[in-house]
Amino acid sequence: MSTLAQPKRAPETPSPKPKKVQKEVGQDRAATSQGRWAFWLISPALVLLAVVIVYPVVNAIVMAFQKDQGLDPVTKVFVQGGAAGFDNFVHWLAQKCGSAACAPGTLGSQFWDAVGTTFFFTVVTVVLETVLGFWMAIIMARTFRGRSALRAAVLVPWAIPTAVTAKLWFFIFAFDGIANKLFGTAILWTGSEWPARWAIIISDVWKTTPFMALLILAGLQIIPAEVYEAAKVDGASAWQRFTQITLPLVKPALMVAVLFRVLDALRMYDLPAIMTQGSNGTTTLSILVVEQIRQGFNSAAALSTITFLIIFLVAFIFVRFLGANAVASATPKTKGQEK
Amino acid sequence: MTAVSIDTAPKTAARRRERWANGRTYISAAIIFIWCLIPFYWMIVTAFRDVGYTFDSTPFFTHVTWDNFTTVFSENLGNHFGRNLLNSLLVSGVTTVVALLFGVFAAYALSRLEFRFKFLVLGFILGASMFPGVALVTPLFQLFTNIGWYGTYQALIIPNISFVLPLTVYTLTSFFREMPWELEESARIDGCTQGQAFRKVIMPLAAPAVFTTAILAFIASWNEFLIASQLSNDQTKTVTVAIAYFAGAQAHQEPYTAVMAAGTVVTIPLVILVLIFQRKIVAGLTAGAVK
Repeated sequence: MSTLAQPKRAPETPSPKPKKVQKEVGQDRAATSQGRWAFWLISPALVLLAVVIVYPVVNAIVMAFQKDQGLDPVTKVFVQGGAAGFDNFVHWLAQKCGSAACAPGTLGSQFWDAVGTTFFFTVVTVVLETVLGFWMAIIMARTFRGRSALRAAVLVPWAIPTAVTAKLWFFIFAFDGIANKLFGTAILWTGSEWPARWAIIISDVWKTTPFMALLILAGLQIIPAEVYEAAKVDGASAWQRFTQITLPLVKPALMVAVLFRVLDALRMYDLPAIMTQGSNGTTTLSILVVEQIRQGFNSAAALSTITFLIIFLVAFIFVRFLGANAVASATPKTKGQEK
Repeated sequence: MTAVSIDTAPKTAARRRERWANGRTYISAAIIFIWCLIPFYWMIVTAFRDVGYTFDSTPFFTHVTWDNFTTVFSENLGNHFGRNLLNSLLVSGVTTVVALLFGVFAAYALSRLEFRFKFLVLGFILGASMFPGVALVTPLFQLFTNIGWYGTYQALIIPNISFVLPLTVYTLTSFFREMPWELEESARIDGCTQGQAFRKVIMPLAAPAVFTTAILAFIASWNEFLIASQLSNDQTKTVTVAIAYFAGAQAHQEPYTAVMAAGTVVTIPLVILVLIFQRKIVAGLTAGAVK
């Protein structure tokens, strides 16, 4: 604990500089000195992030434009490496292996299916999680005995590692498992297409709705109670209060929560990888990339670049058109600014 | 919205409506409570159940045994769960410490200092936390294979930093922003030296924030599966990977009870941690998303 807090000492020791600034003499010079300080404090983290993220990504993009060594599936001629141009991207997007279409069952033929599956999972889980999360948040916002116990219980699914969640629900959805017994069904949950998808969706909803609920709850709690009282006095019905007050006021927090969840769902890997190994139409983009790694780095790099671009595009659309501005809501206003 | 409304006229109808609303709150709360905990409870029940009764559907503890836990740690079956636990501890511990070392400085600057490009820096950090793990795994797999790092601890720690560090910076920034930094100045005015002000005022204030962030960072790293499943080998395998590919006593037979026992071992410490620091963790999770 104390060792963790220790490193804070370093930036503090010479901290009179930023302190002086608050006296607001000579805004310009103050800004430069703060800027210099900020530069030295932030650079290490940014450099580290650049090393662990930017370098691999650039590496992946370079790889994506190179050929994988191996036998050409059509001509059966050994292909040396070398520049590939956009071949790897065409391979995935047009589902072409060499000059012909990829044979069904090969990884190359699964790209658009994987895109479809990924988006299907994303849309269904996020919609379910938003609706259920909202409901949970509303209940948790009320005052009743046992409220803190409820809030603690909600954290349990969130804290369980996804790998354990996957195994737990795999057991629940086993053929002789409790789910079939409870509902009197005999479904091979992880063995056929739609049941497998629903098993994954239910597991995901169980695991991540609490996170959603807590974010929405935080948004609910900043709405002053007087607003509701005033609306009540004015004769607004419960439904009107919800649509006219709660929804608009909670929207910024809600949009950020949805954005987080969408981006998280688009890279879904753990649950389908463990519950179905991607079989029965549950191969997400992430699973496809991982399967491709063993068959050819460069082709996998192209696919991971495509995946990254898809996620980036979705994030862009969210921030640009739906006003989910996570950065703005996270950008701190320093005290000087507010005054 | 709030069910407990201000007392209206003491009409019986109104009171009945209120009691009905209250009742509904409790029913809803009970449903949420059960939905969140039942699967977890089922895992524990199964973990303590004799393997012969794996699919027994009795909802309480029956055929209780410790055998599954013995299986989990049994080296004869090829499980090295003790080792996996240590691996996870090491990887998550180092990741957390590194992320905090770098994150604390960055968060201090982001929350306390005015500078150009702040928006850009935050955008980059947030973007980094949303980054898909697969986009890292592919190039890193080749890179680490080439330089002989495949299956080493650093090969797991480095990619983990990519998502734990942004999380750390993000959470700490919102915590620091809320801190009453004026107190430091007051302490100086009251005669504290810079060092005393820091030690006696700022540290006690910042410690809970740093600690909470450390828990969140640790949990994020502990729960990581994708990267570990691709870049670890038998020696460095973490618990999440071990659980996903668990070996039971019989080949070709899913060792459900043992897996549930392993899951229990991995989860119970987290759940205890989460329950103790519930308030702080919720604050940390939601920090930044609102306000």
